[in-house]
Amino acid sequence: MKTRPNYGAGFAAVIWFAIVALPIYVLVSASVRGREGYLNKGPLSLISSPTLSNFSRVLTSGFLQFIGNTVVITFAVVGIVLVLALPVAYAVVRGTGWLNRGAFRLFLLGLAIPSQAVIIPVFLIINRMGLYDTLWAVILPTAAFALPISVLILTGSMRDISVELYEAMAIDGARSIRVFFRLVLPLTQSGISTIAVFTALQAWNGFLFPLILTQSDSTKVVTLGLFTFVNQYGADIPALLAGVLLSAVPILVVYLFARRALISGLMGVGGK
Amino acid sequence: MSRPNALWAVPGALFFGFFAIIPLLGVVYLSLTEWKGIATPTFIGFDNWVSLVHDPLLGQSATVTAILLVGSILVQAPISLLLGVWAAGPQRNRAVLSSIFFIPLLLSSAATSIMWRQLLDPNFGIPAQFSALFGGSGNFLGTRWGAITSIILVSSWQFIPFHTLIYQGAARSISETLYQAAAIDGAGRVRAFFAITLPQLRNAMITSTVLMVIGGLTAFDIVLILTKGGPGTDTAILPYLMYSDAFKSYNMGYGSAIAVILVILATAISILMVKLSGYGEMTSTQEGL
Repeated sequence: MKTRPNYGAGFAAVIWFAIVALPIYVLVSASVRGREGYLNKGPLSLISSPTLSNFSRVLTSGFLQFIGNTVVITFAVVGIVLVLALPVAYAVVRGTGWLNRGAFRLFLLGLAIPSQAVIIPVFLIINRMGLYDTLWAVILPTAAFALPISVLILTGSMRDISVELYEAMAIDGARSIRVFFRLVLPLTQSGISTIAVFTALQAWNGFLFPLILTQSDSTKVVTLGLFTFVNQYGADIPALLAGVLLSAVPILVVYLFARRALISGLMGVGGK
Repeated sequence: MSRPNALWAVPGALFFGFFAIIPLLGVVYLSLTEWKGIATPTFIGFDNWVSLVHDPLLGQSATVTAILLVGSILVQAPISLLLGVWAAGPQRNRAVLSSIFFIPLLLSSAATSIMWRQLLDPNFGIPAQFSALFGGSGNFLGTRWGAITSIILVSSWQFIPFHTLIYQGAARSISETLYQAAAIDGAGRVRAFFAITLPQLRNAMITSTVLMVIGGLTAFDIVLILTKGGPGTDTAILPYLMYSDAFKSYNMGYGSAIAVILVILATAISILMVKLSGYGEMTSTQEGL
């Protein structure tokens, strides 16, 4: 159907575009400007004499280590979530009996548990396990709290597999493990990439678990590093904003290449 | 045996139970203890609860949490709905603009809050550049309502894209034939929006609003970085109060009592969500997509 142009909506969209773009412009422009230029002329002025010195100041103050830690944590969390969530979703969709229904309800309930609310007992558990101030202290709870939404998205995409395909394999006498690897995994690929990207985003941007469960520089993640920079850098705002930009670069790169998986994943989070 | 047995769900359920369900029970027990973060928690009965009920900060904190919740929903819900419906359109320019709209949800709350704190800085931020416009000091974060407004602004900036996505997905699934029928009946764009789009978005509204409530209840990182609960304790929302009691003053038992209140609020809301949106019925194949 031919749509007439909607000028009112277009106007509103342009305003919203300005609201989104302006802070991002300041973020990028401040990162490449000298300290005096920013402080004297203000955040909205045009860029003159661009420099990369802000980035080198940030990178030489331990930021590379923080990025390294965050990369390790992100990969570990995604790995754990995939290994644990896929079988759960399979059991929920194809299994019978009250145990499987119970598992599904457990994860539905889990969606509503805010991580803040349980952080004190988690702190106690991590301490007792002797994991305080290690990368595992961040990896394990982050993975646990990413499970409910992952199970939910995966059950959605496994329900899309037609019943006839399952029945055909059952007639061939395939056992559940064979069905899982030969049928479920190949046909759930879009769901898998969705939760991988979404979980990675959560792990990369996580703040509360690192804040409470780590303390030294050697275990610091990017978000927490930025938080400590706020006090450390004081009025060196361009360096601070350069750090903010650096922290987002890997995610922006993923966004460029996996936009569809990420967007459909986030849409799925709300829609399911 | 082509169907999986319950063993398939066991590792995931145990792992989740260990780090989420056991702590959920643990926090109730810890709220009945005195614990300084080291050694072993000592059982003290309801002492924490008694002092919590008499703590004037609790009422203040609950009030500011509610103000932030309501304020965030009033700002975010209408904008997200309109943007989502707009972005759901098939036009090419909308797709391009939307891909830019979604950038804020890629940034961490920490990064977003730090960026906005610099933007709102009274000496070096935007208020300083337009001081004539704002008059006074332009120190938004230094006043109670300024700080509350700033938190609503920053969380809206970060979370509107997410809720826009929810509405966009829902608006895309509205059948085109409904609009064609409305056009044949001579309904204009505005009429079609109120008669078709809004009622069809009912479930998206429920989901999005409930997520806004839970998000608002727990918007801890933004408060910590933007205002540190200040000025004074004016923006110390419940999770912030819990954090400062438990991990600044090391009154873990007292913090746990506040955490229990958070759990009760969040659970009550999510049960409401399950009831209203029918999540619980989604057990058979091809349903609830």
